[in-house]
Amino acid sequence: MKNIIKIAFRNLKRSSRRTLLTAALITIGVIFVLVYSALSSSFKAYMVGEITDSMMGHIQIHKKGYIASVDNLPLDKNLNSKQIDKVLELLDNNPYVESYTFRIKLGGMFSNYVSSTNIRLNAIDPETERKTLPLFETRIQESEPHLLKEGEMLIPELLAKGMNVKKGDTAVLVVNNQQGSVNGLNLLVAGIVEPISGPGGRDGYFHIEDAKKILRITEAEVSEIVIRIKDVSKLQAAMKSMQSLALIKNQKEKPVFEIHAWTKLSPFYNIIKMLNLMDISIKIILISIVLISILNVMIMSVYERIKEIGTIAAMGTPPSTIVKLFLTEGFMLGVFGAIVGSIISFIIVKVIDMIGISFAFGRQSELVLHPSLAMSDILSVSIIVIIIALIASISPAFKAAKLNPVDALRQN
Amino acid sequence: MIETKHVSKVYKMGELDLEVIKDLNISIGSGEFIAIVGPSGSGKSTVLNILGGLDIPTSGEVIVDSINITELGTTALALFRGEKIGFIFQSFNLIPVLSVYENIEYPLIMIQHLPSQEREKRVLEVLKEVDMLDQKEKYPDQISGGQKQRVAIARALVTNPKIVFADEPTANLDSKTAHRIIELMHKIKQDYNTTFVFATHDEKIVSSAERLITLVDGQITEDKKVTL
Repeated sequence: MKNIIKIAFRNLKRSSRRTLLTAALITIGVIFVLVYSALSSSFKAYMVGEITDSMMGHIQIHKKGYIASVDNLPLDKNLNSKQIDKVLELLDNNPYVESYTFRIKLGGMFSNYVSSTNIRLNAIDPETERKTLPLFETRIQESEPHLLKEGEMLIPELLAKGMNVKKGDTAVLVVNNQQGSVNGLNLLVAGIVEPISGPGGRDGYFHIEDAKKILRITEAEVSEIVIRIKDVSKLQAAMKSMQSLALIKNQKEKPVFEIHAWTKLSPFYNIIKMLNLMDISIKIILISIVLISILNVMIMSVYERIKEIGTIAAMGTPPSTIVKLFLTEGFMLGVFGAIVGSIISFIIVKVIDMIGISFAFGRQSELVLHPSLAMSDILSVSIIVIIIALIASISPAFKAAKLNPVDALRQN
Repeated sequence: MIETKHVSKVYKMGELDLEVIKDLNISIGSGEFIAIVGPSGSGKSTVLNILGGLDIPTSGEVIVDSINITELGTTALALFRGEKIGFIFQSFNLIPVLSVYENIEYPLIMIQHLPSQEREKRVLEVLKEVDMLDQKEKYPDQISGGQKQRVAIARALVTNPKIVFADEPTANLDSKTAHRIIELMHKIKQDYNTTFVFATHDEKIVSSAERLITLVDGQITEDKKVTL
């Protein structure tokens, strides 16, 4: 094999300009795919991190039917204390769960004493919210160490701008409770929350104890339970571990709970699917580049070396050795392109990482992306390139091996 | 050593069948120095190719060293050639990416799979034999035509073949070099009892041959021993 590699290398060196052009084409293809892949996966990871770690969590549990009418923020579809206990029973012993938090979601009117507007609100327990959504705090401008106390609220940035409300101002929150009575509460604006893409991305926040007061709730009651899991890659397994909840039925034999992963709740997941599709499309383009360029080079190589192939066949070189010789040439082109392409991509991604790319997404602006290249991406792209290089060499290699030595020797 | 029985070769030329070899019956013993002569198109190269296992006859049998090579498959035939036959071509056909040494070493590595020490011993031996030891690091494009043919001879001999087939080996050489190459092949024949079969027009080879086979239109018209 060592000698086949030596001869194959020298054959490639013989047409150095053509070899370099082909290898450069493969290299450019690899760079294109890897840099794109680094940018897109960093973007995905960044956005997913933002969504799950600052707003949505990884998994949410609601009363059955809540998600279908989530736009109305229905209070009559809150989980009661008995149902909450059932969920806690499962969560407290679940190895996948890192933490969870309760929320009461409601709609109301926000007034700055001059004008009023409607507002969507999340009533939260600041301590458990902080544990479950570690990036939530980063969305709050000038956040306080305690995040949120009773008697305080965090209002969305757009509302603050529109109503000219600043941190430290007092505002009134007016809501209807489940029985229909209207109640109001004076709250101090403790912070402004930056918007984020997706449902709930422009909501306000206040303390869950204040929500109980304003809604006149006496027993435990929550709209949603947000769960953070220990390992995001085990989302499906974690979901599976909670499926027993979905099987619990009420007296009317209807399910009590619904469990959703963030992928089902956030429309951003569709963007991820689109990006994944683009990843595949770009990989297909790369495959085509490698396939066509190597096929072209190898076919030319066979035609140029017909007499030489005839000579080695005449001397007694078995057809299998001739096949190996041409496959090795294609393999070496693929390996060269993959290695050089990976090294250059790594450098480019490192430079981009150091500089950072600023971008805006939806209403979010000044986001900075720091891409990184995963070893798994480098390996998968390199393996694809090498396999395709080998596949592209198969046909010319067999063509060479099947040449009749007498006919081949007659060629000039 | 070589025996052909009623060998014929027919080429299809569109609708036409062209019989280039007709009922060829030859017997060649070991250590012979044979020239196959005849006008262009008489079938000399075809006979050489069939005897060397490069081409398959349309009918008849070719038996080399008790092996009926017409019954061998492609790979077996290739291995047979690598083991028993040496070829010398008119235009030398050296592999341009390999040095003189590597060209000679090629059949020992790729075909006979010999260990490196054995390979080195044999290559240096034949290089010395063809007087090319000092040129072993050079590449084919750095040596003259005569030197290339010496390398081609060395490459043909390095596997210790029983028979060497040479198709117009002196056609691309000047007269002086051609003489030296013929002398070299004679010497090898005497030293190693190697059989040489030439297809040639060259008077120098013809005059040095010990047996002359004349072909006309694919048939042997004369087969005579020559006393030198």
